[in-house]
Amino acid sequence: MKKKLAFTLTLLAGLSATAMAANAEIRVGFVTSLSGPGASIGTLYDKGMKAAYAYQDEVGGEKIKLIKLDDGSDPAAATQDARKLIQQEKVDVLIGTATAPSTTAMMSVADELHVPFIAVSPVKIKPPKNGHLWGVAVPQTPALMVKVIVDRMAREGIKNTGYIGFSDSWGDLVYEGAKAQEDNGDPKVTSNERFARTDTTVTAQALKVMATNPQAVLDGASATQAALPLLELRKRGYQGPFFGTPAMLNDDFIRVGGDAAEGVQVSAGPVVVTEQLPDDHFSKKIGTKFHEIYHKVNGGDAKDGFSGYSFDGWLIFLAAAEKALDKAKPGTPEFHQALMDAIYDIKDLKGVHAIYNFSQDSAYGVDERSLVVVKLVDGKWVYQP
Amino acid sequence: MTAQIAAILTIDGVATGAIYVLIALGFVLIFSVTRIIFVPFGDIAAFTALTLAALETGQVPGTVGLTVALAILASAMEVVSLLRSGQRDRIPRRLLFYLVLPLVPAALVWASGSIILPMPLRIVLSLALILPIAPLLDRIVYRPIADASVLLLLTVSVALHFALVGLGLLFFGPEGVRTKSLTDYTMILGGIPISGQTLLIVIAAIVFAALLFVFFGFTLSGKALHATAVNRTGARLMGVRPEKSGTIAFLLGSLLAGVSGVLIAPVNTIFYDSGFLIGLKAFVGAIMGGMVSFPLTAIGALCVGILESFAAFYSSAFKEVIVFAILIPVLVARSYTAVHSEEETEE
Repeated sequence: MKKKLAFTLTLLAGLSATAMAANAEIRVGFVTSLSGPGASIGTLYDKGMKAAYAYQDEVGGEKIKLIKLDDGSDPAAATQDARKLIQQEKVDVLIGTATAPSTTAMMSVADELHVPFIAVSPVKIKPPKNGHLWGVAVPQTPALMVKVIVDRMAREGIKNTGYIGFSDSWGDLVYEGAKAQEDNGDPKVTSNERFARTDTTVTAQALKVMATNPQAVLDGASATQAALPLLELRKRGYQGPFFGTPAMLNDDFIRVGGDAAEGVQVSAGPVVVTEQLPDDHFSKKIGTKFHEIYHKVNGGDAKDGFSGYSFDGWLIFLAAAEKALDKAKPGTPEFHQALMDAIYDIKDLKGVHAIYNFSQDSAYGVDERSLVVVKLVDGKWVYQP
Repeated sequence: MTAQIAAILTIDGVATGAIYVLIALGFVLIFSVTRIIFVPFGDIAAFTALTLAALETGQVPGTVGLTVALAILASAMEVVSLLRSGQRDRIPRRLLFYLVLPLVPAALVWASGSIILPMPLRIVLSLALILPIAPLLDRIVYRPIADASVLLLLTVSVALHFALVGLGLLFFGPEGVRTKSLTDYTMILGGIPISGQTLLIVIAAIVFAALLFVFFGFTLSGKALHATAVNRTGARLMGVRPEKSGTIAFLLGSLLAGVSGVLIAPVNTIFYDSGFLIGLKAFVGAIMGGMVSFPLTAIGALCVGILESFAAFYSSAFKEVIVFAILIPVLVARSYTAVHSEEETEE
């Protein structure tokens, strides 16, 4: 009995100690993949975050301290990073990371330790039945990415489309997305051909697609290998237009695809074509600012969508932190709660990718305005209003 | 399916199959001489493609670092084992083989720097860079366990494959490459276009199969290799050194893998981890030949290519399932027809 009492007392003392340890500044923990297979994307997230920090490093008179860790593209390391940031560095908010499994891993830590988490990778997050989730995701959902491009096909009067994509979950997502749109009077999907990233040939699949005589072809592959079916279809004499997803916004895709990839239309976050957007577009102003700062901080231009996600994650945090500061001191559990509530209260926040509206029903806060259609013309992505 | 589609699929299948033939022949060659199922074979092919691509863009390929590291490790092991057995006088000669020879192509590439060499030279240089890797791995990994059971050798091979894939990512990076086409020639046969690249692949497969036939039938080294394959102990009694045979088998095998790597590089984007699946499918072909017969292996590998092509047409999502599922009837058939022999015990 005595032992139990002593234990309770220690626990209480511990709790009050953490409660009193309010930080002098707001601390942000940022995790990304600077090594491992996710590094090529992870470095882009990092550059985006550098630009974001240069954009604004204080909020409501409070200085912001940014603590960055590398997760080596490994979910286990991402979990450790998240714990370390929360427990040792006492961060008020977590932002991360480059790969989907690691992001999901960080989400569970944030949920367990009750610290708001802003996910910058597309990730499947289901809000739990009891109470809200301690996190939101910035990027567009895959279903939305497909919907926007399929709607465009319908607008161009395309009645049926062939489909060829990866034989993995990405290929499934794109196919299901296109299939889901069929009932809305959008193009009928005539084929469901698959290939693996390591395949040496897609001749057979291309022949099968062409046998269904589609007006257009939707490409459900990603990066460099997305060019393979396009090359093969053109080689076999297919004349129709090609459509795809943001997974094809990649320099290597353009290089390998060459003439066959010319004219392909994909859905993309507006940040990719900021300078071509009309002046009244929501992301024109903030996007231009983002590109300016990015260029100043990192040299080079932001040609990708990933750095934009980091930047938007930062904007979401800034907007929420401003409100939360009225309610509690940084470093306290009350502040974390206030910050999370403020994130869910965000309405019509204009970012470089989207207009964000969060609610407790969903971890995603974007709508169709977060994607525009771009076309590959002379090896450059051109905005298609 | 029309006759024309069938013809296109067959040609495509033969081209893929010819690549599998080259690799499957290497599998059988190495297995019959050393009893090692060399799982990382496909990786060697992929590394050749990546090396060639790096040379094409004037970069120093990651293979240089890999070869240098392996050469140093192998020489160190060799020197230590020679010192232990008190054969100091042999050290210089061994160093020539394990250190100097592998480093020559690496040094050449290093010296050429960012100069972009003409295509034939690039191909020769990437083959020269790739050739030492398998024999060096043989010295480092397999030689100390040369008398172990086939199962242990296989397990080590699988582990080695994972190590090589990891090293591949380290040395070549995650991006895929595609090299320039070797030829732009296209032949029209009965209204069906056949690309020069396809012809090259098929010709290479035929030429190398023929060369192997000549090598085994008419040269002393070939006969020594054949003898080792038939009976290690017997060959040793006749003065054939199994270690040397093993090295020759690995060299020849690497050459086959290297050539197939050069041939697929322009056809498809190759990643650091592309080799495994190619190797696995070639392995299916090799199993059809019972891992001993070269002609049956070639036919088997060709069948795998054609089957894959037709399977991709009928049901692309299940293509791999169909290709690997044919292993079951093949294995059942072989277990009824082949003479069952437990793994031969030494002496």
